[in-house]
Amino acid sequence: MLREPPAFTPVTLLTGFLGSGKTTLLRRLLADPALHDTAVIINEFGEIALDHLLVERLDEQTVLLSSGCLCCTVRGELASAMRDLHSRRERGAVPLFRRLVIESTGLADPFPVLSTLRADPVLRHHFRAAGVVTTVDAVNGLAQLDRHIESMRQAAVADVIALTKTDLAEEEHISPLVARLGAINPAAQLLRVAEGPLSADDLLAAGGSLFKAVAEPEGAAHAKAHAFSIVVEEPLDWSTFGIWLTMLLNRHGASILRVKGILALQGEARPVAVHGVQHLVHAPTHLSCWPDSDRRSRLVFIVEGIDPELIQRSFAVFARLGASGTCDLSIPSSH
Amino acid sequence: MCALCGGLGGDEHWTDAVAREGVYTRNADPVQRRRERALRVRVANRALKPFGLRLADWQGASFLLTTLTGKSEIVGDLGHLWSTAERLSGRLCDPLDPDFLARLDANHA
Repeated sequence: MLREPPAFTPVTLLTGFLGSGKTTLLRRLLADPALHDTAVIINEFGEIALDHLLVERLDEQTVLLSSGCLCCTVRGELASAMRDLHSRRERGAVPLFRRLVIESTGLADPFPVLSTLRADPVLRHHFRAAGVVTTVDAVNGLAQLDRHIESMRQAAVADVIALTKTDLAEEEHISPLVARLGAINPAAQLLRVAEGPLSADDLLAAGGSLFKAVAEPEGAAHAKAHAFSIVVEEPLDWSTFGIWLTMLLNRHGASILRVKGILALQGEARPVAVHGVQHLVHAPTHLSCWPDSDRRSRLVFIVEGIDPELIQRSFAVFARLGASGTCDLSIPSSH
Repeated sequence: MCALCGGLGGDEHWTDAVAREGVYTRNADPVQRRRERALRVRVANRALKPFGLRLADWQGASFLLTTLTGKSEIVGDLGHLWSTAERLSGRLCDPLDPDFLARLDANHA
């Protein structure tokens, strides 16, 4: 039994294109007793909101935002709904919840939602982004990825891709879709959720997928998005990495759909994880240990319209910049 | 608000995260924080040199970005450094620009 709220409530964004099965997935997840202490915010784009009825959970921990799309018209409403939930939890007006799931409209760009979470002066002290779960429809997914930039962006930022309707699609249609998703976002964990039981923890503890080994993805020459990785043998200089990544995101943030990585830093025994979506980078996480025997720094980029070789070259030049003479600095200990 | 520069306390930048459980930051210890700021200034100056700009620590709280002609502006954190550098220099600070990378490499070969 939860006796006090977590210091930072994890927030999972559930996204996916129109009709890809977000609400069905959410309904299945909420039936899991493990999620009894999860608050839900549902955003629906349309004159008559139905999704909250389909979820079949109309309690005080379910909030509906129906006046527009999360990524454009109702960002303020999202922030105030989250502040309200937090305030009511503090006052004991709603049961203690230990995580929050936000279901976005099918057309929403995930970036503004994550940005709201980070930029709001109240929310950023009480909530943290726990990951993005994107539903992709096994029947229509390929066509949607080709035709709709929103669909591709949703897949690119995902930590977990939940492949839905695999029971309705032929295997020969599923394989090319899986290959395409692997090319767009090789670092995401892919789950076929239509088959078998669904574990809420598998889906919502999305951080576990972060450091799946990323080789050069097959079919990386996707027309819209390139996924590639940078692997570095030597420990990195944190200061130089910060200068490089901020410079890169300032100029090219809109084209960098996703950056995530695990870094071996000079002077640090434990690895540091970084996550970013476009211009936004979350506070770096100090991991307790390495997830596998590989101790090299690994960065995964998913970019749109940028030549990966340019980023790799730039990274290498900056790494040499930082390597030259960072150890001879002495700072007096007194202020 | 900062009493010295009048800047509003704003967004927490990822390179300057507030020390808290699970977050990697070099802000927890004052000496480590100063060391990190000094390192950052030094590396930034190598990248800023091709644009005719220079960065300096300002009161341990912000940074001061200055052009060769002395025009200067206070920068709160790395999140604002490059947009300010572009404004002051009138050039795009593009880390993917092959000419910029060649100059950087040549300067520190």
